[in-house]
Amino acid sequence: MTFCVHCGRPPADGDHTPCRGGRAALEPPRFCGECARRMVVQITPAGWSARCSRHGESTSAEALALTD
Amino acid sequence: MTATAEHTKDSPIAGDILTVAREQVLDRGVGLSEDQVLQVLRLGDDRLDDLLALAHDVRMKWCGPEVEVEGIVSVKTGGCPEDCHFCSQSGRFPTPVRSAWLDIPGLVKAARETADSGATEFCIVAAVRGPDARLLAQVRDGIKAIRESGNDIQIACSLGMLTQEQVDELVAMGVHRYNHNLETAKSHFPQVVTTHSWEERWDTLRMVREAGMEVCSGGIIGMGETDEQRAEFAVQLADLDPHEVPMNFLIPQPGTPYEKYEPIEGKDALRVVAAFRLALPRTMLRFAGGRELTLGDLGAEKGMLGGVNAIIVGNYLTNLGRPAQQDIDMLADLKMPIKALSDSL
Ligand code: SF4
Ligand SMILES: [Zn+2]
Ligand SMILES: [Zn+2]
Repeated sequence: MTFCVHCGRPPADGDHTPCRGGRAALEPPRFCGECARRMVVQITPAGWSARCSRHGESTSAEALALTD
Repeated sequence: MTATAEHTKDSPIAGDILTVAREQVLDRGVGLSEDQVLQVLRLGDDRLDDLLALAHDVRMKWCGPEVEVEGIVSVKTGGCPEDCHFCSQSGRFPTPVRSAWLDIPGLVKAARETADSGATEFCIVAAVRGPDARLLAQVRDGIKAIRESGNDIQIACSLGMLTQEQVDELVAMGVHRYNHNLETAKSHFPQVVTTHSWEERWDTLRMVREAGMEVCSGGIIGMGETDEQRAEFAVQLADLDPHEVPMNFLIPQPGTPYEKYEPIEGKDALRVVAAFRLALPRTMLRFAGGRELTLGDLGAEKGMLGGVNAIIVGNYLTNLGRPAQQDIDMLADLKMPIKALSDSL
């Protein structure tokens, strides 16, 4: 990932402490990890999807698959 | 040994607020007054377990063991013209939330996910001052499609302030409950919202009730209100006498004026929940947003044993919750039956 999905800055830029805490764990990604654009996010009771106008959609199902 | 030291160890103190509450609220079903709620909120940590136990007894006696489980979804996210200082969906603050609109298949899917989790209640929410014709049409079509999909879950809505005409329309669509939070004590509201008034919110709730819908109204704890204002809010809600009070704990949202607020302590959250139960013995008291952050898994259980008898499961509007199954398992462990659809029809 080139950019932090919670604040949209590069990992080396600034303080990402709030992006790793308990509050961030309750946040879906808001920024595209590839280009830092703000994404259109839709949360449903059992999941979320996030769409970057350039890099397309990611979903909670894919994110789960990555951590499995 | 002083008399005071002896009191804390032995028999209950005459005039002790929990002793008074046991007789007044548990035995007679009369909610605490503002001054009494304040006394409860000022009880020390050493009395917290006693307080929670009493709140639980009150809930069991006046509401019963059942728990109502609900799921919610946002049909229109972000871009709201109002300035509620806690809200990441206000278009007035530089928050990362972008506007989104949920289509009908998305609504049907969200209602299905909710029913599959075991919930009997599905609330459709929009970030608006009040609904326009397009939003009402989307809700109408959504409800129709949910029904056509064979899902008979109860449907509630939260679409902001309403006109009488809109209230009547929602009734005609079969919406059985309407959520509109008073958010905080009347005296604190102007610090939280400046684009509309507490009274305007109250007016919508009055129309909702008169039209025969169930009234759902609660708020958010941890927005800089004092204990006095928490007590004030509890009795203002008791005056409203809603069917349901959802209790949220502030999750400070990036970009909002409350971004730097600290989430309230778990013990304080539990004290408030129990105090609200003692002010509202017969009202459905629902755990809503923020409990994951403020209370964690253990605290959620304590709250369920401290006056709470309803819960939002799964994700919220702009924040994620813990998986619904975890809450369903918790209720099974606590031997609390989930309210069935047949009970609420
Ligand atoms: S009216 Fe609702 S969506 Fe709009 S800013 Fe206030 S809380 Fe947020
Ligand atoms: Zn970050
Ligand atoms: Zn991108």
